[in-house]
Amino acid sequence: MTTEPSNMASQSSAPAWTSLVLTHLRKDLRIEWRSRDAINAMLFFALLVVVLFSLAFDPSADTSREIASGVLCVATLFASVSALNQAWARELRHQVLDALRMTPGGGAAMFFAKVLANFFYVTIVQAVLGPVFFIFYNLRPLGDASLLLLVVPLGTWALVVNGTFFAALSIRSRNRELLLPLILFPIFLPALLAMVLSVKTILTGDGSDPSFLWIKMLGGYDIIFTTICLLLFDVVLQAE
Amino acid sequence: MKKFAIFLSVAGVMALMAWGFYQAMYVAPTESTMGDIQRIFYYHVPNAILCYLFFTINFVASFFVLIWHRNRPTMALKADAWALSGAEVGVVFCSVVLVTGPIWGRPVWGIWWTWDARLTSTLVLWLIYVSYLLIRRFAAGGGMQAIAAVLAVFGAVDMPINYLANRIWRTQHPSPVFFGGEDSGIKDPHMLAAFGWNVLAWAAWGIAVLCFRVYVQRRQQILDQSEAEAALNNF
Repeated sequence: MTTEPSNMASQSSAPAWTSLVLTHLRKDLRIEWRSRDAINAMLFFALLVVVLFSLAFDPSADTSREIASGVLCVATLFASVSALNQAWARELRHQVLDALRMTPGGGAAMFFAKVLANFFYVTIVQAVLGPVFFIFYNLRPLGDASLLLLVVPLGTWALVVNGTFFAALSIRSRNRELLLPLILFPIFLPALLAMVLSVKTILTGDGSDPSFLWIKMLGGYDIIFTTICLLLFDVVLQAE
Repeated sequence: MKKFAIFLSVAGVMALMAWGFYQAMYVAPTESTMGDIQRIFYYHVPNAILCYLFFTINFVASFFVLIWHRNRPTMALKADAWALSGAEVGVVFCSVVLVTGPIWGRPVWGIWWTWDARLTSTLVLWLIYVSYLLIRRFAAGGGMQAIAAVLAVFGAVDMPINYLANRIWRTQHPSPVFFGGEDSGIKDPHMLAAFGWNVLAWAAWGIAVLCFRVYVQRRQQILDQSEAEAALNNF
């Protein structure tokens, strides 16, 4: 393997981008299926956060509608950070990351597959956590609950796409477990705000956001940051 | 000769700062509704404008780091010195904005802080660049510069959002004084003069600090390189 990965991508014999993504995705999902490290850790961690907040605040039905969106988002955030740290760290063993660098197609496909895989894990965690959450906080959404199916994935995508990117970015630093939240949280703040406010509007049904401005903002945020991450990932991957 | 030029420019910057202070505190008339607390405007807004300038310098320099870091490492190193200095000076200016804002807000609004779009995005901007400076400390090795440059691109994305925040949304933060529609602009010539002098003075100060910082950083880089070479030669 003497050619640069980026040159290989431009050759006509290089495999299609989607098939590259699928190959990487299959690999990631298979590793997770065999170990179940990420999902188990995330699930238990998020459950603990939900229980802790519930005990710490002991909210009434009205208060819980007000704070539930924030607790749910923050629980997801903390849980994902613990898993995202492992997303690239597990590739360091046996120099897998170096081998991946030499694969054809460049980093963007690998990155996108990693994001898809992590998005899948976090979504599973949310799907399990959601009902538990509604029980613990005695929630009954007063707004259009079906919108949750749009808002939560959009917010999760924003979290996972940035988290995967910055996990790769901080992989070579000292104490990377600490560094990831330090970079990720400031960047994720606008998306967190949009996500919390739109979930809160749905739960309380107060109609404070009739034109779905926050949901649109979340969508715009997703598009902008996914584009930047895809464009810049090769730089991060090849940085020595 | 060089020392004399440096001395002259430092003296010029100091004089400009003093003149700006005199204009803001003594020449500009007292605002009719807010009173003297309004004078903080002559520090808050110039610092906000200039923090955009320095973060833009950081962004442009980081852009060149990304272009050059593979093929022209020496040029990339130079650009990196500018990127680091731009971020450091920008964080100082942004901090001044974040400190002067609440000092004004407490008497005028009755609260120190509110989570409106302008204030939040300014805080996010500050946090992103602080994390930029943090990653430069944590990440070691030659890849650090490219990695920091990547993070700088993310910071730059927040800048237009911050600029547009009180133009798109209704914020508690006052609507833009400049380029904000028909009503905007300072009507009183003395106030405008005080504002202009302060922009100039703070810009001169910031650029002077930036140049010193770039110089120091370049010296540091050359020192590091010669140390690395010496270590290699000892083998």
